[in-house]
Order: sequence, then structure tokens, then C-alpha cells
Amino acid sequence: MSITYLDAIREAQAHALRDDPRVFIYGQDVGAFGGAFKATKNLQKEFPGRVFDSPISEDAMIGLAVGAAIEGLRPIVEMQFADFSSVAFNQIVNQAATLFWRTQVPCPITVRLPFGGTSGGGPFHSQTPETIYAHYPGLIVLTPATVEDAYSMLLEAVAIDDPVIFCEHKFLYRHLKAEKLPTEALPIGKARIAREGRDLTVVAYSAMVQDAKEAATELAAEGWEIEVVDLRSVKPLDTDTIIASVARTGKLLAVGEAWPWGGVTAEVISRVTSEGFGLLDAPPQRLNAKDTPVPYHPNLWAAHRPTVRSIAAAARKILRH
Amino acid sequence: MLQTVSESRAVGETQRAAYRCMLRARLLDDKFAALYRAGKIHGGVFLGRGQEALSAAIGVHLNKSDVFAPLIRDAAGRLAFGEPIIDAVRTYLGSALGPMRGRDGNVHRGRPQAGYLPMISHLGAMVSVVNGVLFARRLKGISGIVGVACLGEGATSTGAFHEALNQAAVEKLPLVLVIANNQFAYSTPTNRQFACADLADRAAGYGVESHSVDATEFSVCIEKLGAAIARARAGHGPQLVVATLLRLCGHGEHDDAGYIAPEMKNSPLGRDCLKVAEEFLLKKNLADAAQFAVWRSEAIREIEDAVAQAQREPAPDPYEEKWSALASEKLNELREEH
Repeated sequence: MSITYLDAIREAQAHALRDDPRVFIYGQDVGAFGGAFKATKNLQKEFPGRVFDSPISEDAMIGLAVGAAIEGLRPIVEMQFADFSSVAFNQIVNQAATLFWRTQVPCPITVRLPFGGTSGGGPFHSQTPETIYAHYPGLIVLTPATVEDAYSMLLEAVAIDDPVIFCEHKFLYRHLKAEKLPTEALPIGKARIAREGRDLTVVAYSAMVQDAKEAATELAAEGWEIEVVDLRSVKPLDTDTIIASVARTGKLLAVGEAWPWGGVTAEVISRVTSEGFGLLDAPPQRLNAKDTPVPYHPNLWAAHRPTVRSIAAAARKILRH
Repeated sequence: MLQTVSESRAVGETQRAAYRCMLRARLLDDKFAALYRAGKIHGGVFLGRGQEALSAAIGVHLNKSDVFAPLIRDAAGRLAFGEPIIDAVRTYLGSALGPMRGRDGNVHRGRPQAGYLPMISHLGAMVSVVNGVLFARRLKGISGIVGVACLGEGATSTGAFHEALNQAAVEKLPLVLVIANNQFAYSTPTNRQFACADLADRAAGYGVESHSVDATEFSVCIEKLGAAIARARAGHGPQLVVATLLRLCGHGEHDDAGYIAPEMKNSPLGRDCLKVAEEFLLKKNLADAAQFAVWRSEAIREIEDAVAQAQREPAPDPYEEKWSALASEKLNELREEH
């Protein structure tokens, strides 16, 4: 039997609903329909009175979740697409993220964001807003890159006493498969070495981890050994694992699907240069999407974002330094 | 007969209690204004002058187990809901011992686990949070409670207001949404805020019941808010209360409100609800001049004691501050310090 990334997300929610009576799910079309991506398929039937369709009101969806969290419940909110979380931005960053600091009352909500580009998604169904949420104090931002992490990190997200922005990549939903669900996992805040190497560290997260691994395979044919670090969690960011990797390789490429101004890759470069400057044998580089909205046509879309080819090309440039 | 007597006494008690909260709120506000002018308060001071009758009428109809999300002009309702004066004073002065411990100030105070929600500044944003508390309690099998969210007429222009009222209607939550139409959102008059004849007309569009209140009239406030809250408590779904009044002060103490025309101030809309309440209590023999004097001196003593106490208390210490916004202890160890 094989389990997809999407199955893992559904199973994690079923597990959370089964194990914890405080958990409920709220979102557009998540009930009988099972969600736009079927991430909540049959959950309403299996857990009556625990899975609720919401009106198209992202702001009020998060507001309701915060109120329920104050009452001690653990809501999981599905945004139909991460792009629409901009409508809920105020409730996420000003209500949920500030509650504990202001009042000492925890706000354990999980906001699931189906995010990232797929061909044909266009400007409003492709965005990767992890950077914006990571910027605000009080939020945890998770970006699982594997089926196993999608499962274990979503379970952990629900258990965490803070608001979690859970970024699940739409391309990985049906593309990634595993044989079975994991029984143990790295803790939140710990990055993972997704592939070992000694010539260059490529730091990536979410779907870019798969692309970076493929690029590493391509470069292996040319004799280069590339180490790929999967951040897993964007905030907190595991600087120690990144620096330890750069200590081994002396070279760094940070890859992200998000836009280039600021963001996770800039943060990675900034930390390595300030804390590990002496470890670097070449100027560290970043590879991001282009600074335009995400385009619709596959030709434009493929050129807009980092790909296996552009990651390999950027890597070669550093390796030849 | 006996029942009638006890009922009328109970009504009298409600009105006396409401008046006392109005008086305490007015005197507390006056104290905050004086402290502001003396430079003792950091940030803004926002008064409820002219809105006390409406606000107190909400608070006196709530139980401890209810939910209350007041706004900036609700000192009277907060006191009626049970907020100790010291909580208000400590928050305005930023005391480390207050409910917000100096991390937030002035009107941004509450105790969420007691159903008393601390407002954020973004208008309309608290309504869906009240919905969430009510929704959660329903899931837990708790009934017979209500949640009140307070807004001004300006907040009715926000998307958050629309989303939350619609959400409450869809879920048939026991929400009472009180709109204090005080004619100005900061300086913006109502004809630049909305184009409908009466905000109460909007209720039908949401499928909720509505109530219109002349908020300068003390006894009307007590009666109408009591009715609206009772309807929600009895399971009739969300109630929209639209109260009409005039703000008898600036938006904050930094604002002289020169944009309010004298004709408006001198119209019936400009009546001081505190004076109207005093006249009502006198007329109904619910209090006399001596009683008013006792209540006033008690309130002044309570306020002065609270201010003196809070001023002696430690200010928050930046070296003692944890500087972490996270509740999770494990993740706190990984917090961002770069």
C-alpha cells in the first residue's frame, strides 16, 4: 500500500480527531464534500459534529478559531488556498499571534495552507506566503517536504500551544508517496539532512527539497557531492544544522519557491554570513522565484520558479568558484 | 401580587446598579483624563462620556458565565461585567501587576479565560472571536449563555463586521452585537460612513433580529438591552442592537472634537445620559440626593485608592521580561534572537 502526502494530511487529522476531543476542523467545503483537495475526505462522516463547513469568510474563520482556542479547544482551519489567507491576515498576525504574549492565554490553532505553485495555478492559486507569517512574532511556520513529515508535523502542529501556519505543498499532494506512516519523527525546529555531501550545502524547504535532491543526483553524475538540508520548519529556523553542514562543505546555496525580496533564503544567508563567515569558501548564493506574480502559462510558470535545472546551474556556478 | 413587588424591586436594583457603574465609569474616565494631562499616562486615553447608559445596560444584563468584548468607550459596561477598577488603572499606568502586565495598555485589557476579551485595535475583529467562544461552548454542551460584542458605527463599514455577523447568523449563535452610533468615527460623520437610512435595517439582510435604542435615555437602554440579551439567551439567534447617541468628548483626549457642530451638541442627541439617569432614579424614588452623594464619594475613594496603589507598584522590568511570544516551552528554547 502506498500513502500520498495528501493521505498523510488526512490521516493526521483523523488521528488528531480520534485522540483529542478538543480538536475540530473548520473550513470551506471541508464537510460532506471533503475539501477542495479532499484532505478532509469522509472526516465529517467518521467524526460527526467535529467537522464544519464555513462561509467564505477567511477573517471570521480565524477569529472563530481564536475564540474556540481561548475556550481550550484545538481548531484546525483549512484555508482553501494559501493565497486566500491574505483575507485572514489581520486575525492571524494581530489576534492569534499576539494573544499569548498579551494575556498569557495560549492560542493553539493550526492553520492549514495548501500552498505553492502547480502548473496552471496562476497568480492567485500558487502563492508561498511563509515568509510573511514567519516575520510576525508568536507564529510557528512549518513546511513539510516529505509524506512522513506531512503526517508527523501536522500532528505536532495540533499539539503545540501556539498558532501554527502549516504550509502543505499542493504539488506534493499526489506526487509524493511513502510505504507507511512514520512512528517517530524529528522534533519541530530541527532540520534534516535529506542527502549527504561534502562539496556544497543546498538549503531548501517544502517542494524545493525534492528539486534540490534531483539536482544533486544530476550533479553526482558530474562528480559533485551535494548536501541537501531540509529545513522542515521555517520558524523556528534550525541555524545549527545549517552551519554544521556549511562547516563540512564551505559553500552554500539557499533555494526557495517564494519571491526574492527578503524571506527564508535571505534569512539563511544572513545567519550563515554573520555566524559562520569563516566557514565559507565562496560567496553564499540564493535562488528564488522571479519578482513578479506567479504566471499562468506552463512556459512562463516553469521559468518563474527555481527548477531542477536552475538549481543545478546555480550550484555549478558556486562549485566552480 | 408578591411576585409583582419583587419584580419591580429587581428592576429598581438593576437600574441602581447600572447608574452606579455609569457614575464610577465617568469618574474613572475623568481621573484618566487628568492623569493624561499631567503626563502620567503613556499613549492615548479614550473616554466613554455620553455612552455610559448604553454600556452599563449591557453589563448589568450579563452573568459571569457570559462573554463580553467591549470597545474603547465601555468603561461602564466593563465595571458592570465585574472588572475591578484596579485592573483598569493598572493597565492605563502599565503596571507589571495588571492583567496585561505593561505589554498592552489603556483600553486593550481583559481576561480571556473569564469570557472578558481584550480588544485589538482593528475594528470588527473581536466579533468573530466572540463567535468562536460561543461556538466552542456549544460544542462543550454549555447553553443559556450570551456573548456581547461592542462596536461603533464606523466599524460597520469593515469586512470583519460583515463576515462575523453573517457567521453568527449561519451558526445561530447567541451573539448580541451592539452598535453605538455616536455620529462620528473619529472625525468622519455618518454620511461618509454608510448610505442606508438606518443601520438597524441591515439586520434583515443577515437574517437576524434588530433593536433600535435611544442611548441618551437611561431607562430605554436598560429595557432594550435586557430584551435583546434575553432573546439571544433564549435561543433566538444573533441580535443586532443599534443605539443612537452623541460622543460628548473627542475621539481620545488628544482630540478637541472641533468637528462636532454646536447645534448637534445642543440637540436632544447631546443630552448627558448620566444626568438623565439621575433624573430617572429621583423621579422613581430609587435614589435621592444624599444617596447620590454617598455613591459619588465612595467611587472617588475607590478610584483614588486604586491610582495610589498602582503608582506604588513596580513598572515592568525589561531585564526581567522573557521576550518570547510563544507559549510552548520547548519552542521557546529555539526562539529567534538574531
